[in-house]
Amino acid sequence: MHPAVSVIFFTVSSGAGFGLIFLLGLGFPVGGGAGRAFLVSLAGGGLAVAGLLASTFHLGHPERAWRALSQWRSSWLSREGIAAILTLCLFGIYALVWMWTGARPALLGALASLGALVTVFTTAMIYAQLKTVPQWKTPLTPAVYLSFALASGWLLASALGDRAGAETGGIALVLLAWALKAAWWVRAGRTRLSDVGSSPETATGLGFIGRVRLLERPHSGENYLTREMVHVIGRKHARSLRRLALLLGAAVPVAILIVVALTGAPAPVNLLAALSMLLGLLAERWLFFAEAEHAVSLYYGNR
Amino acid sequence: MTSLPATTEKRLGLVIDLDTCVGCHACAVNCKEWNSGAQASPLSDVDAYGADPSGAWLNRIHTFEVTPADAPAQIVHFPKSCLHCDDAPCVTVCPTGASHKRSEDGIVLVNEDMCIGCGLCAWACPYGAREMDPVENVMKKCTLCVDRIYSETLAQEDRIPACVRTCPSSARHFGDFNDPESNVSVLVAARGGIELMPEMGTKPVNRYLPPRPKTKAAPRPDPARPAASACAATPKAEGFLGWLDAALDRLG
Ligand code: SF4
Ligand code: SF4
Ligand code: SF4
Repeated sequence: MHPAVSVIFFTVSSGAGFGLIFLLGLGFPVGGGAGRAFLVSLAGGGLAVAGLLASTFHLGHPERAWRALSQWRSSWLSREGIAAILTLCLFGIYALVWMWTGARPALLGALASLGALVTVFTTAMIYAQLKTVPQWKTPLTPAVYLSFALASGWLLASALGDRAGAETGGIALVLLAWALKAAWWVRAGRTRLSDVGSSPETATGLGFIGRVRLLERPHSGENYLTREMVHVIGRKHARSLRRLALLLGAAVPVAILIVVALTGAPAPVNLLAALSMLLGLLAERWLFFAEAEHAVSLYYGNR
Repeated sequence: MTSLPATTEKRLGLVIDLDTCVGCHACAVNCKEWNSGAQASPLSDVDAYGADPSGAWLNRIHTFEVTPADAPAQIVHFPKSCLHCDDAPCVTVCPTGASHKRSEDGIVLVNEDMCIGCGLCAWACPYGAREMDPVENVMKKCTLCVDRIYSETLAQEDRIPACVRTCPSSARHFGDFNDPESNVSVLVAARGGIELMPEMGTKPVNRYLPPRPKTKAAPRPDPARPAASACAATPKAEGFLGWLDAALDRLG
């Protein structure tokens, strides 16, 4: 699949934003007055909104985006839009009350947290629902999206908030997320199109005669389908990107958290861990798209 | 509405005969022509006369080579357009309701004024039957020529999809799959119409008629093992050649 920069940025950024919203809604301790409350809420809301805005760049007609809220009965993309907007509204009110009164309304916070959880889940389901991309179609996909959102949100919260010993939790969540991702990668390696029973033979129905091979594409040039779904250039640097994802997304943040925990360095240093993890997740998300095989590729000469 | 109708009154679709298709691309060209002139918006191209032409097509002709275990390879031309699936995933994923399946005739359509161009429906289609229009930025797909088949102004013989109308080898047939007496149902029953990628669970309406079996030529000597069989089949030479043949045979 074509790794669209807007979608990669969207899933990583809004994942971290909703992760942070989830934790704040559950009462992640943040000291200081209205100023701090504003700053932390802005970080959560801002990342989520930035991601959502980026995702509209990927649309052919962003001015009609409001129409995407109508088909929640059948469409995960529609559900995601609704969940995101509701969550941001709830969290906006929560943040206002918090800044205004200094008190954090627990029920409202819990609702915003639930909304954040649902939003990230619906984002993941947009991919996990597609039978055409067997590597995505697994409950591991939402598990990975949720755990990355939680881990990156936690790193941000531990940098901006005041939870003593948040580093330990951070290390645990980062490791858990990457353990799930490792399982996802192992499964993806074994879940090529051929593993789920799709081949040029089933795509053409000609397998009863013999082995099927594409002789000639319909047109000499590229088209929307080959650019979007038979995209293979993005796989060229897969190995180095995977190493980069693990280095920036796992090793560096864990190292920083350990140093902070051991030396008692000020919590804002954890921001470096969060930023490194987000960069690593951009590489991870690139691979999520670039390495995914779509059924259409069977009509364009891929086995 | 992007929920699918439980059943549709008619199930209009195409039967494509892979035995008679000659891969001429006339159906794709006529489709492009019709849908560039008569649709809500034209079926666009970019850089059509330049170095890197690209554009949206609703029908494309692939060519495959099929190699049986015991015979030489054969070529199969393979036209592919929307199969108007009963269980169309491209409809249910659409967030706007632009992508829909009509309950009266089962045709899967995109309402271009509602489409936000998110591309998700094209991701959901296993067959590559949807393409984003590079100029209009909305999703395009085969409409089964709704603007021809129900036309009241076109001549009667033109009230069929443009591809069917134009095919020079009558490889394309249009009709109602719900009617067991229809031309398409009869063809599918008689020739064993194929469903593409049944494992994807889309329940496509369109069917493909498989190439008829090749007449097998008389068995030929196996080039890999010429010794016994080939020698026995070699006719006896006469005269000088016969003497030479016998002499060489004696030498072993
Ligand atoms: S062929 Fe593709 S676009 Fe057409 S109905 Fe089936 S899934 Fe949808
Ligand atoms: S591209 Fe248009 S028709 Fe397709 S899913 Fe998006 S809004 Fe619906
Ligand atoms: S017009 Fe007929 S023969 Fe020519 S490619 Fe299309 S289906 Fe095949």
